[in-house]
Amino acid sequence: MKAASYQREPAGTQPNYSYPAYVSTSKRHPKQPLILLPHTLSELTGPVFGHSDIGENDNDLTRQHSGEAVGERIIVSGRVLDEEGRAIPGALVEVWQTNAAGRYRHRVDQHDAPLDPNFTGCGRVLTDSEGRYRFVTIKPGAYPWQNHPNAWRPAHIHFSLFGAGLLSRLVTQMYFPGDPLLPFDPVLNSVPDENARNRLISLFDWDTTMPGHALGYHFDIVLRGRLATPVEVHA
Amino acid sequence: MTTPPTSSQTVGPFFHLGMVYLERDNFVAEGVAGERITIRGKVLDGDGQPVPDAVLEIWQADSTGRYPSEFSPRDSASARFLGFGRIETDDHGEFRFTTVKPGRAPAPDGSLQAPHIVVTLFSRGLLKPLRTRLYFPDEAGNVDDVVLRQVPPARRSTLMAAPAAKRGAQNVPENVFDWNIVMQGDGETVFFDY
Repeated sequence: MKAASYQREPAGTQPNYSYPAYVSTSKRHPKQPLILLPHTLSELTGPVFGHSDIGENDNDLTRQHSGEAVGERIIVSGRVLDEEGRAIPGALVEVWQTNAAGRYRHRVDQHDAPLDPNFTGCGRVLTDSEGRYRFVTIKPGAYPWQNHPNAWRPAHIHFSLFGAGLLSRLVTQMYFPGDPLLPFDPVLNSVPDENARNRLISLFDWDTTMPGHALGYHFDIVLRGRLATPVEVHA
Repeated sequence: MTTPPTSSQTVGPFFHLGMVYLERDNFVAEGVAGERITIRGKVLDGDGQPVPDAVLEIWQADSTGRYPSEFSPRDSASARFLGFGRIETDDHGEFRFTTVKPGRAPAPDGSLQAPHIVVTLFSRGLLKPLRTRLYFPDEAGNVDDVVLRQVPPARRSTLMAAPAAKRGAQNVPENVFDWNIVMQGDGETVFFDY
């Protein structure tokens, strides 16, 4: 039978489990070394989602309620690609975020900022045949958190993606260009490689801007998953 | 030119908002073949404290050892097992899900892997997910399993689910298993890198 495996991720492009500046890692990172495994069918396969998993307004976070969501409408779009730049069609993309005031619609979020009855802050799409996705949403706000004195998270949108197999699974955060909080954010700065950090910052995009309606931001996502040349394994 | 995969970032404490739509506590539809099992446990941090803001994703073969991509078009829809499940821990750091006991999926060397469930753990404080596997005790295939063989014998028990009834739990059916995830410290669960 044939065995295949994914390339290793280049050094510095992924955060380590332990990152003291992000205080919550201190009791939640393993202290034993991870065990490096061969890639079996259990890791090279993964769940497949379809259009039945997506609701009508799941790609437009501004239209999930009867009234208008408050804030600056934006369009976030891009492509989901493998390391070789090839499109990943049919990838499930889940997003969640704060409202324009920097408040999550979540029982744990106690930030003293208003909720918006017309904004939930979550969405889902499947990438098309060219790996493209597109959301209409509200620009999220910055918010304070308890990591250190006067800590603020820069505005961000959480992205969760399912690619071709389990090892393609990615949860990340998209940031906005020019945000003055970016150099101070321990979550973004947990990524050692500067170029990799910069790839988490979306690009302002005139081409997807809707005149008179919403500004566009572009964010491409690369999933691990280029299969190396399969190697014949003799049982 | 190749571009490295996008960097992982934590799910943070508010993932429920975006992830709830795929959450289930029973991963099997009626009509799916196989023995129903329930797995229950806790996620614990390095102080032994429960982790109330974690989410587990489950991936496993069906009762015959096949993954969904291997289904033939002739398989009836009712027989299809999605193989995937997502479940959050509750305020006490506890989780509980019902699935089918997986069969033995092929290993790269042509042998069969022991029955196992692949578990991916996300939480606040995890900048990237932790990946582990749940195995079942008393399985003949455990001895030769390609993955278990890589794990130091003294740590293998962290991957083994324990039948609740055999552990002295009262009024618990035989198909209920206990399995905790210890993120750090004494009894730390074995986590994998790929």
